[in-house]
Amino acid sequence: MSAPAAAPSIPVTVLTGYLGAGKTTLLNRILTEDHGKRYAVIVNEFGEIGIDNDLVVDTDEEVFEMNNGCICCTVRGDLIRVVENLAKRRGTFDAILVETTGIADPVPVAQTFFMDEEVRKFAHLDAVVTLVDAKFFLDRLGDAPEAEDQVAFADVIILNKTDLVTPEELREVETTLHQLNPYAKIHKATRSGVALDAVLDRGAFDLDRVLELDPSFLDADEHDHDHVCGPDCDHDHHHDHGHDHHHHGHETHHDTEVTSVSLKGGELNPDKILGWITEITQAQGPNILRLKGILAFPDEPKRYVVQGVHMIVEGDLQRDWKPGEPRESRLVFIGRKLDRAELEASFKAAAV
Amino acid sequence: MPEVTPLSLSGYVIDVHYVGGVPTFVIGDGAVALGTAGRVVKPHAGGILASVLAADGKSVITGGDDGKVMRTTADGTTTLVATRGRKWIDVVAAGPGGTVAFASGRTVVAIESTGKVHELERPRAALGLAFFPKGVRLAISGYNGVGLWFPGTAAPVQELEWKGSHIAVTLSPDGANVVTSMQEMALHGWRLRDGQHMRMSGYPAKVKSMSWSVKGRHLATSGAGVSVLWPFFHKDGPMGQRPLELGGRQELVTRVACHPLEEIAALGYDDGMILLSRFSDREEVLLARPSGSPVSALAWSGNGLELAFGCENGAAGLIDLTQ
Repeated sequence: MSAPAAAPSIPVTVLTGYLGAGKTTLLNRILTEDHGKRYAVIVNEFGEIGIDNDLVVDTDEEVFEMNNGCICCTVRGDLIRVVENLAKRRGTFDAILVETTGIADPVPVAQTFFMDEEVRKFAHLDAVVTLVDAKFFLDRLGDAPEAEDQVAFADVIILNKTDLVTPEELREVETTLHQLNPYAKIHKATRSGVALDAVLDRGAFDLDRVLELDPSFLDADEHDHDHVCGPDCDHDHHHDHGHDHHHHGHETHHDTEVTSVSLKGGELNPDKILGWITEITQAQGPNILRLKGILAFPDEPKRYVVQGVHMIVEGDLQRDWKPGEPRESRLVFIGRKLDRAELEASFKAAAV
Repeated sequence: MPEVTPLSLSGYVIDVHYVGGVPTFVIGDGAVALGTAGRVVKPHAGGILASVLAADGKSVITGGDDGKVMRTTADGTTTLVATRGRKWIDVVAAGPGGTVAFASGRTVVAIESTGKVHELERPRAALGLAFFPKGVRLAISGYNGVGLWFPGTAAPVQELEWKGSHIAVTLSPDGANVVTSMQEMALHGWRLRDGQHMRMSGYPAKVKSMSWSVKGRHLATSGAGVSVLWPFFHKDGPMGQRPLELGGRQELVTRVACHPLEEIAALGYDDGMILLSRFSDREEVLLARPSGSPVSALAWSGNGLELAFGCENGAAGLIDLTQ
């Protein structure tokens, strides 16, 4: 008899995107194309899912506030239930795909996979994939905060329907996406036509693996870095920058509430930095959408990998630093009302 | 150690019941295994998500991911009780007089033995269902509380409110107390006569298994490294009372089943071990050594002389306690 602990954890891909962004088209492709994997699929309604499969289930999205209504402790009750039920059919599928409604907040979906012990035992979040409609995304930013959150929260962004916009419009959308979330991988597509291995089995929540695949992840390069500003930032700076760079007549910077702050340094005092991360996520959890980092501690041969969603922070020593690999600490925050100066100062204060 | 008849079943054992005296194992892959001779029926087109023994003990009611509710008797006859398209039926309950209830999402359905169907829409998904021991009254747990419904009457649903997600519900055998298991890893109870709340907390995991001891004196629970048994025989129920703790180990108790006649409970653990423990002196008897797979089903035969068990990996068996 095999111990259940040895059974591999099931990867979960979360598919988000505003109404009309192309989620159903992508879902139908994943369900019909031959990619060698069997998916259990959780949708909000069968709608136009063109396949009859007993492992496709529709649920009504039910967001539960735990611990008496703390907004950071929201989970999707329906997902817990479906995943627990799927656990009873272990072996009949390899992975789980969750499609959210267009207006869904991706945070409770992700938190479900961290906060519920039973769910954690069986499954882990592989990646949040967000579809973006190239033509209408910028309009959505103005009227739908969910659209912004979905992008800010993404590990992979599929910039869809690129054939419906001019190259200039496309560039503008890309710049805005990058500004909202410089750390997500962006794939351009028409009719959701993206290579499925760009979407599935990404290990995006497994930070160590992301870095293996893409060592420049977490390195928001300096050029991009300047774009990453929010409402608190000096607006003129952006204005100028946009004009200098593109030389066309209109503003390319879109005001977004969501910003990101990337911090970089050498070895850190583990007590100081971890204490601070705990403190700041407790105090500012509601404003922190994602937090990811790799930290170097003195006399510690292994890299410390940390990630968080709102107030939930997980960290662990993972693989050894490779010979010759610079022992650098990097930490990224994506969220609202982030105080860059304060974050930088606190990060620096933890240096050894 | 008592004699064990081992069985190797095809998948995750979600529950076991003595149906007309025959140990009947309900398996997640859709199979229902009857007795020890390898007889298997498949009432559903897909997997089975929930099951309950009918009140008369003569059939088992199952809900499946094929949207069907089925009834299976000890001779392997299966009949359709209800069908709901492509919805998953993951909560079922059986009440006095042969009434069956099930839920899918926000819809709760009660079917009387005459075939008469009653339907109720809840504001949020129904997560747990339990009939009162007498009459036809159904407790429906969900987000922020429990609704008490008399199917087939115009009486409004009585709401018992408590913040949080109530994932399962049980009624004390005297019908005086409603107790829920919560997502927040606690139990919550209401004494119906005066609406008195009962908070029972301190669990490191969700309580997935609750079992009332003989005469409803204790409610035994899973979800900790011991089985916590809340006393319900005091005037104020478990409030202000120290619960009884049985079978303390490092491993989590995953399943509990109180003996039908004696103050004894069978405890199944996360590592597959099964212990018998007596309330009065906490004396323990080892019934099954750790197998590595969590115990997911336990049931006593009606006379209390045999214990049936099943595990997540399909390991199962019958334990003879006559020696």
